[in-house]
Amino acid sequence: MIEVRNLQKSFGTQKILDGVNLRIETGESVVIIGRSGGGKSVLLKHIIGLTKPDAGEVLIDGENIELMNERELLRVRSKFGMLFQGAALFDSMTVAENIAFAFRHNKEMSQDKIDCEVAEALAVVELPGIQNKKPSELSGGMRKRVGLARAIVYRPQIVLYDEPTTGLDPIVSDSIDHLILRVRDRYKVTSVVVTHDMRSARRVGQRIVMLHEKKIYVAGTSEEIFNSRDPIVRQFIEGVSDPKELDF
Amino acid sequence: MIYQARSWITEWVEGLGAIALLAKETFASVFQMRVTWRDLLAQVYFMGVKSQPVVIITGAFIGMVFSAQTAIQFHKVKMDTATLAAVSVAMCTELGPVLTGLMVAGRVGAAIAAEIGTMRVTEQIDALRTLATHPVDYLVAPRLMAGLLALPLLTAEATFLGISAGFGVAVFLYGIDATYLWVNMLKHTADSDVAIGLIKAVAYGGLLALVGCYKGMTCGEGAEGVGKATTEAVVYSSIGILILDFFLTLPLDAFFNGV
Repeated sequence: MIEVRNLQKSFGTQKILDGVNLRIETGESVVIIGRSGGGKSVLLKHIIGLTKPDAGEVLIDGENIELMNERELLRVRSKFGMLFQGAALFDSMTVAENIAFAFRHNKEMSQDKIDCEVAEALAVVELPGIQNKKPSELSGGMRKRVGLARAIVYRPQIVLYDEPTTGLDPIVSDSIDHLILRVRDRYKVTSVVVTHDMRSARRVGQRIVMLHEKKIYVAGTSEEIFNSRDPIVRQFIEGVSDPKELDF
Repeated sequence: MIYQARSWITEWVEGLGAIALLAKETFASVFQMRVTWRDLLAQVYFMGVKSQPVVIITGAFIGMVFSAQTAIQFHKVKMDTATLAAVSVAMCTELGPVLTGLMVAGRVGAAIAAEIGTMRVTEQIDALRTLATHPVDYLVAPRLMAGLLALPLLTAEATFLGISAGFGVAVFLYGIDATYLWVNMLKHTADSDVAIGLIKAVAYGGLLALVGCYKGMTCGEGAEGVGKATTEAVVYSSIGILILDFFLTLPLDAFFNGV
């Protein structure tokens, strides 16, 4: 279970998060929506301990990760897999080396077993046989799939997705959504997806949380959010800009 | 003006403090054996083997030019046969370690900062952390160990080549007697001169690796951030080597030679 309590974060003088409270149950699939620059990715990075808050706490299965140093955090992070916005593949390594990275300290695993795990992870993301390619040889959608394979190969309990469909065409986005659902159902993982792609949010989110004005503005089931009559929620879902905000 | 100076000094002291903390974390990682052989060998190969052309050319040409200059000056006071002794002592204690350090700082320090900086701006370092890998164990510690191992070896190579090339210049260009050159060199070059040079090289190797890693890990966003980090890594490690040279020379001379 993930619990975020009164989280506050500023970068310089700019406040990004101001008292965010959020609880995500084990096995739940939660989508965090909100405007660009609204702090969604920052919230995600706090959940996995990549960023330290100014105030507040994050509890993972009851453990307060804000009290941990970087080495103690490594143990907690092994429960997580994370797909980054730009995939963040190690560009000096092949696809297979990227995916097998999590096993590099596991001396009990034979190379054959690692190769099998890599092949299976690539099969899950529907990219079999590309083990020897370099990340620079892959398209944006393929990179995200390999990033997902790397995030799930060691069977984490929680998978975080940072804008998994951003920059992809609708067909590839659709396939990524299906992969997220497949991973959730196959490995019974807790999924936290940050996105501003409403189609994707509707498809993968059992619960949707909207971040607005540095706080959780609204949370509810997918149906509740998409049927909401709240003007701010409607404006975001329908993608209507405010003429007053136009400033060229 | 005073505010700017204060801010600059604060930043500088903060940077030194951050490098010291990085060094502490890195040595802890090294002593707790968290570095894999594979990562270490890859870095030794990159720093040591790939630096061969730079070090060979630098060592040989600096030895040749120093030998030529010394032969010309010593000829005026009829001390031609001491030429190689001067070249040897200078190459062992100063020119070998300092010039190797500077050349490797330019090649390797820049590459370390650029590689780690690019990893930082493309979230690859965050990806490492999410894969339960400490960036210091994977990125910094192998580079520091490789620097500590490779620099003395490269320095020894540069020194050997410098003396050999200087010997060739003195004998074949200036016609100085080879036997006297050789005997005087052995007579005036002490074991302590070699030891001083190698100890300095270890320090320079550690310095350039740490500065390169620190600049990469703390680089700003985007291509501009990586470019700035790369430039600063080369400038700071080069200046650091020259400053460290002075502060190492005095205690090392006092320790080995009692001067």
